[in-house]
Amino acid sequence: MIDKTYLLDSKQMAHFVADGYLRFDELIPTALNEAVHAEMEDQGIGRGTAGDPLSEVWPEPSPIGAVFRQPEVQGIIHSLVGPDPLYDHHAVHTVNAGRDVGQHWHADAIIDTRMHFDIQFFYFAHDTPREMGGTMILPGSHYRRVCESDIARYQNFLEQLPVVCKAGTILVVHHGIWHCAQPNQTDRMRYMFKLRLNPTVRQMCLWNTDDLDDPSIPGILNKNHKWYGNDVRLEIVNRIKFWRFLIGDDKFDVGYWMGRLENLPENVLEAA
Amino acid sequence: MPQLRQKILVLYLHTPALDSNVVAWSMYDGTGGTNPTTGDSDKPPYNSVVEAMQHGWRVVQFPQQFPAYPGMEYSTSYLRFEYILEKMEKIDD
Repeated sequence: MIDKTYLLDSKQMAHFVADGYLRFDELIPTALNEAVHAEMEDQGIGRGTAGDPLSEVWPEPSPIGAVFRQPEVQGIIHSLVGPDPLYDHHAVHTVNAGRDVGQHWHADAIIDTRMHFDIQFFYFAHDTPREMGGTMILPGSHYRRVCESDIARYQNFLEQLPVVCKAGTILVVHHGIWHCAQPNQTDRMRYMFKLRLNPTVRQMCLWNTDDLDDPSIPGILNKNHKWYGNDVRLEIVNRIKFWRFLIGDDKFDVGYWMGRLENLPENVLEAA
Repeated sequence: MPQLRQKILVLYLHTPALDSNVVAWSMYDGTGGTNPTTGDSDKPPYNSVVEAMQHGWRVVQFPQQFPAYPGMEYSTSYLRFEYILEKMEKIDD
């Protein structure tokens, strides 16, 4: 049984629902970052088989396995996809030194209409200043139904977010989030380790729900991202539906957006 | 002898109104003078399509508007209000 103190809380989960990602700066210890960096440089990280339990993919003493066995990381995993997720795939993403072209915006895999969701870890084992990239994400893009590089015509958005961070920083993102690797103007190869995980249990109240009724949660779910333009209200509906799924309450609402649509009175008054 | 080459500016707006705010943008440069790419700017080059027109850009495509397909009323996907603009510039060939 996981120590509850390592689980995400409800406010963090609400941010995940609104933004499609959570960020944990300098979460992984320095020695482990250096070991994984060396492992990536040596192309020494073995590949698992899609659908295998994550717990079986990188046994000890694998450094990358140790990253995902850190109790803080186990708490993130448990909160989002449950205690024993499946390995989907991983990738050691690199951007060559001196590369001045950014990757096209894309969402991974294909159109995914599930309410159930996978997570992806973006792990930065070395310092990543802006001149090195890093990975650019678009907060709040995770509900958009697009097929991989269909969005490649876009270049810039209001509120796009380059991950500029110190070594040991981890982002966990919803599978649908839009992202792209950024140019690397340094003289060093840039690495980013990506891991996708699938749930094996119903994703409902897997986190620390002690603060489930916190009054700040509706406000978190109601926030705007400037690039939405006129679609912001539709995105809030997407979030309400997702939060209902996560907490198992099909009456939850924010700002009466769903309640108004679900008001379908059938009681017929008798004629006067 | 000078030749003309096309620059394309794509502006994505808050609403279909040409004077509404830009929320996303892209540039493609047929002159070869610049190489725009993803994430290369945090501020749009213009605040609206009208402002771009005032700087000599010609609108060459308007977004069509369609009612939502039944069952897709609350789905989101691409940015809907995409305007394509062009400017012809001289290059020395």
